[in-house]
Amino acid sequence: MTEKSYDVVIVGSGAGGGTVAQALAPLAEAGRSVLVLEQGPRLGDAEFTGRELEMANRLYRDGGGFLTADGTMTLAFAETYGGSTVVYTGTSLVAPERVIRHWNVPGLAHGDLAERSRRYAGANNVHLLPPEEINENNRLFVEGGRRAGYAVEQFPVNVKGCRGSSLCNLGCPNGAKQGTNRVQLPDAERRGVEVVTRAQVRRILPDRSLEVTVREKAAGSAGAVSEWAPGDYRIDARVVVTCGGAIGSPALLLRSPVASGLPALGRGFTCHPALILVAEHGRPITNDVGHPKSYFVDRAESLGFVLETCMYFPFVTAKALTGFGPDHSAAMRAFQCLQMILVLACDRAEDGNRVALDAAGSAVVHYRFAPRTIAGLVAGARASARIFFGAGAARVFTPFADPPVIGRDDAGSVDARITAGHGKPGTISVSAAHLMGGCGMGSTSADSVTDSRGRVHGLPWLRVADASLFPDSLEINPYLTIMALADRVAEGIRTDFGSL
Amino acid sequence: MARPDSKTTRILQAVAASVVPETAGLNSAGWSALERTVAAAIAARPPNVQRQVRLFLRAIEWLPLFRYGRPFTRLDPRRRERFLASLQSSPLLLIRRGFWGLRTLILMGYYTQADVIGAIGYRADPRGWSVRR
Repeated sequence: MTEKSYDVVIVGSGAGGGTVAQALAPLAEAGRSVLVLEQGPRLGDAEFTGRELEMANRLYRDGGGFLTADGTMTLAFAETYGGSTVVYTGTSLVAPERVIRHWNVPGLAHGDLAERSRRYAGANNVHLLPPEEINENNRLFVEGGRRAGYAVEQFPVNVKGCRGSSLCNLGCPNGAKQGTNRVQLPDAERRGVEVVTRAQVRRILPDRSLEVTVREKAAGSAGAVSEWAPGDYRIDARVVVTCGGAIGSPALLLRSPVASGLPALGRGFTCHPALILVAEHGRPITNDVGHPKSYFVDRAESLGFVLETCMYFPFVTAKALTGFGPDHSAAMRAFQCLQMILVLACDRAEDGNRVALDAAGSAVVHYRFAPRTIAGLVAGARASARIFFGAGAARVFTPFADPPVIGRDDAGSVDARITAGHGKPGTISVSAAHLMGGCGMGSTSADSVTDSRGRVHGLPWLRVADASLFPDSLEINPYLTIMALADRVAEGIRTDFGSL
Repeated sequence: MARPDSKTTRILQAVAASVVPETAGLNSAGWSALERTVAAAIAARPPNVQRQVRLFLRAIEWLPLFRYGRPFTRLDPRRRERFLASLQSSPLLLIRRGFWGLRTLILMGYYTQADVIGAIGYRADPRGWSVRR
C-alpha cells in the first residue's frame, strides 16, 4: 500500500470533475496539491476510430449497456479522461427557470446558475451551427415539426472545427467536441493540477483518506498506462470532491463509512428514459454525415417529453427497431433512407428509483417506469410519428404499436395506433444517458445529501459536484448545469479552504 | 464465457437465422466474427449473467418440445419464428428480458461487421463532409 497526501482530491473528470479541477487550479498555482482520480483511461487522438463496437467498449461502462436491476433499461455513461463529456453530442442548454424553482433548493438561484452556465458556454465554444452544416436528417425534423405544429428550436453545441463525422457518441475522431477533456482538464493540468487515470476509488474513510486501486493497462487495450504504478494506494486529503456522476458518486458514498447518517443517499434517481424512433423515406437522405443532433422540440412542461434529432450507428439502430426477422432486416437495409428522432421522457424522482449496492459493493440501479414516464414516452412517440409523416416519411417504426410499423396511409390514426398498452417492459429498447440524482441538494440530511454548494451534510470536507446533486429531473440536456453547479462547489471550496 | 461448444453454436445459429435471416448466409469467417463478438460481450458480464445466457439458450432448444414435439433446431423457419415471437411477448418479464438480451447479442454480432454495415449503406467516416460533398 503506497501512501500519499494531497490538499484536494477530486474523484472523476467529467463535466463535474473537470470543471472543479479547472476552477481549483488557482489553489494549485498557489502551491496547494490538487489531484484528479479518473477510473477510465486517457485515450490518444488516434484511438478515436469511430468504429461502433470498438469505441463503445473503449469509452462506456459495459459498452454503453449498463442494465438497471430489472433489466428493462440500459444506462450509458463513459469512463475515460473527460467522462461523459467525451461521448455526448455537445448539446448545451441553460436550465429552465421553472425547473430550478421546482427543485426548491435553499440558496440556489436560477440567475446564478444561468450566469455560470453562460460563462462555460463561452469557454467551451457553444454556438449554433451554420445552415450549410445541417444535414437532411435534421432539416427534415425542422420541416416535419413545423408542418405538424411544433415549435422547433436549434441546439447550441460545443464544437470547434467540426468536420461532420456524425460520430459524436463514439467520441469525436477529430477532437472537435469541446468537452472537459479538451478544455477544462488540459488547462487545469497546465496550471499544476495532477490527473491520474485508471484509478478507482473504493472508499472514503472518516479520517479523510481514500482507498484507491490503480489498475494495470490490459494487454492490447486502448489508452495510455496510468500516471501511477499499478497497485493499492491510501491517499490523505484535506478536501474530497466526488464527481463520479449519478451512479458513481452515490455508490462511492454508500461504500464509505462516512455517509451512514444520510437516508436520502442514492434516492431520487432520474434519467430521462429515451426511445430511438426511426422512419423510412422513399429515397436516401443525408443522415450519417453532419452533426447528428442539431434541433429539438421541448414539450417537457405540458406533455412530459423532449424530442431531439439523432442518428445512431448500425447496431444501436438495429437494437432500437422493435421485432426481428425479415421485416427488421428490410428496415436495416434501408439505412440510407432512415430518419431518426430521440424521445426523452421527463421522469420525476420517485420512491424506489435509486442507486444501491450489490453484495460485492458494485452499483445497482433500481428503476421502475412510473405511469407518467410511460405517458411521456407515448406522447413523444406520437409527436415523433406526426413529425416523420410531416417530413414525408413512407413508414414509421414505433415500439408502442402492434405491429410496430405505421404506413403513410395510417398517418391520421397515430393516436389510436400508438398506445401505452403495446409497450411491455422488456420488449422495448429504452436507454438513458442523462443520469441524475442520488446525492440530491436540499436543506437537511432528512431529505437530501448536500446543501446547495455540494457540502455533504455534517461533513464540510466532503463535497459532491456532478449530476447526482440534482434533486429531480432537469428536463433538458444536463451538461451546462452540471458545470455551473460544479463551479459553485469549487467556489465554496476556495472560500472555505482555510477553515477545512 | 469461452467460445461456445458445438451444440450451443447450433442453437445460436438457429436463433440468429430467425432474428437476422442474413446470418444463415454468413461464411465461416463471418460466423466466427459474430460468435467472437457474442462471446466477448457475455464474458464481460458477471458470472450469474453468463449462466443465465447459457440456460436461456438451452431453454430455447427444449421448450418447443412441449408445443411442437421437436427441439428448436429441428423446427422449420416459420415455427422457429412463431416460437421466438411467443418469447418476445411472454407474460413473464424474465422471458421477455431473456429474449431481448439474446436478440441484442445477435444484432451486435452481425451489425458491427464491416462488410455488413457497408452492405446496408452505412457510410459514416471520421472525415465527415469532406468525403461526401
